[in-house]
Amino acid sequence: MKARFLVPLILFLLLIGLFVAGLKLDPRKVPSPLIDKPAPQFSLPGLLDKEKIIDTAELTKHKVSLFNVWATWCVACRQEHPFLMALARAGDVPIYGLNYKDKREDAIRWLNQYGNPYVANAFDEDGRVGIEWGVYGTPETFVIDSKGIVRYKQIGPLTEQVWQETILPLINEIRAEEG
Amino acid sequence: MKHLAFPVFFLLMVCGSVAFARFDTFVFETPQDEQRFKKLSAELRCLVCQNQNLADSNAELAMDLRRELYNMIKAGKSDAEIIDFMVVRYGDFVLYRPPVKPSTYVLWVGPLVLFVIGVVALVMFVRRRGDDVLAGGDLNSDEQNRLEGLLGKQNEKPHQKTGSGGKRKQK
Repeated sequence: MKARFLVPLILFLLLIGLFVAGLKLDPRKVPSPLIDKPAPQFSLPGLLDKEKIIDTAELTKHKVSLFNVWATWCVACRQEHPFLMALARAGDVPIYGLNYKDKREDAIRWLNQYGNPYVANAFDEDGRVGIEWGVYGTPETFVIDSKGIVRYKQIGPLTEQVWQETILPLINEIRAEEG
Repeated sequence: MKHLAFPVFFLLMVCGSVAFARFDTFVFETPQDEQRFKKLSAELRCLVCQNQNLADSNAELAMDLRRELYNMIKAGKSDAEIIDFMVVRYGDFVLYRPPVKPSTYVLWVGPLVLFVIGVVALVMFVRRRGDDVLAGGDLNSDEQNRLEGLLGKQNEKPHQKTGSGGKRKQK
């Protein structure tokens, strides 16, 4: 019973441990209910070519594809853009874009100025499709397999680290599943 | 003109803030619909500014979701259907009152468990202390003599209560 005075100290340290763990969690990263569910259906005019309709079926033509939600008003999208360009140059995974609540001319100017990493872009002017996909903070990137299932959602910019640690292993796994 | 600079600046500031505040104007067909809109938008969380509900938030997304909410109410959707619409897209997190299910048990039961632990600890602590005081068994004979000596002195003074009350005070 001599060590009884240590009890509050130990409780205090446990509490501190809890707080430190809490600091490392990002409250902005809300798990998406879409994971392992079919990608929401949509059909939107293209960004560069209004006549070309981009829909969910288009995204699932590949074994695996990325669906990146972006906008010209989104600062983090600008930060993410060079990495998307590098991915597009590597040509490993097709990247589709959802231009979210943007102005068409602004978005086209952005692509001309900084480069276009996208196979195609859907133009979601009023954000309705964004709502269908549960978008709340651009940039967001979905990984979609050939069955049209959402396998992963990245909230915030794609980075080399996220790519190497999470997305690339997942893509390899999806490819292995599909043979 | 210089003395006008501040009032003008102040006026511009006030006008500016008014101009930036955005209001959406929804016209409801019945007062019940308006009530439902108010109730639902107060219960749904805005995911952009997470500590605000849809009713309070000025974020773009909150405005869009209020518009969705309005359209759904207008289309005669039930509360359950509307809540479901939001949960399917944004998850349980969108609800300020999350459903009771395995992943939220800690949330619902946790505070109660902590409360019960607290009450049990308090009762145990108080009881043990009460026993110690009443038993007085912790004192060795020297201490007991000293205690009685002190109490004896006190008891000689007028207006001083005697007996166990005084004893308890000393402890």
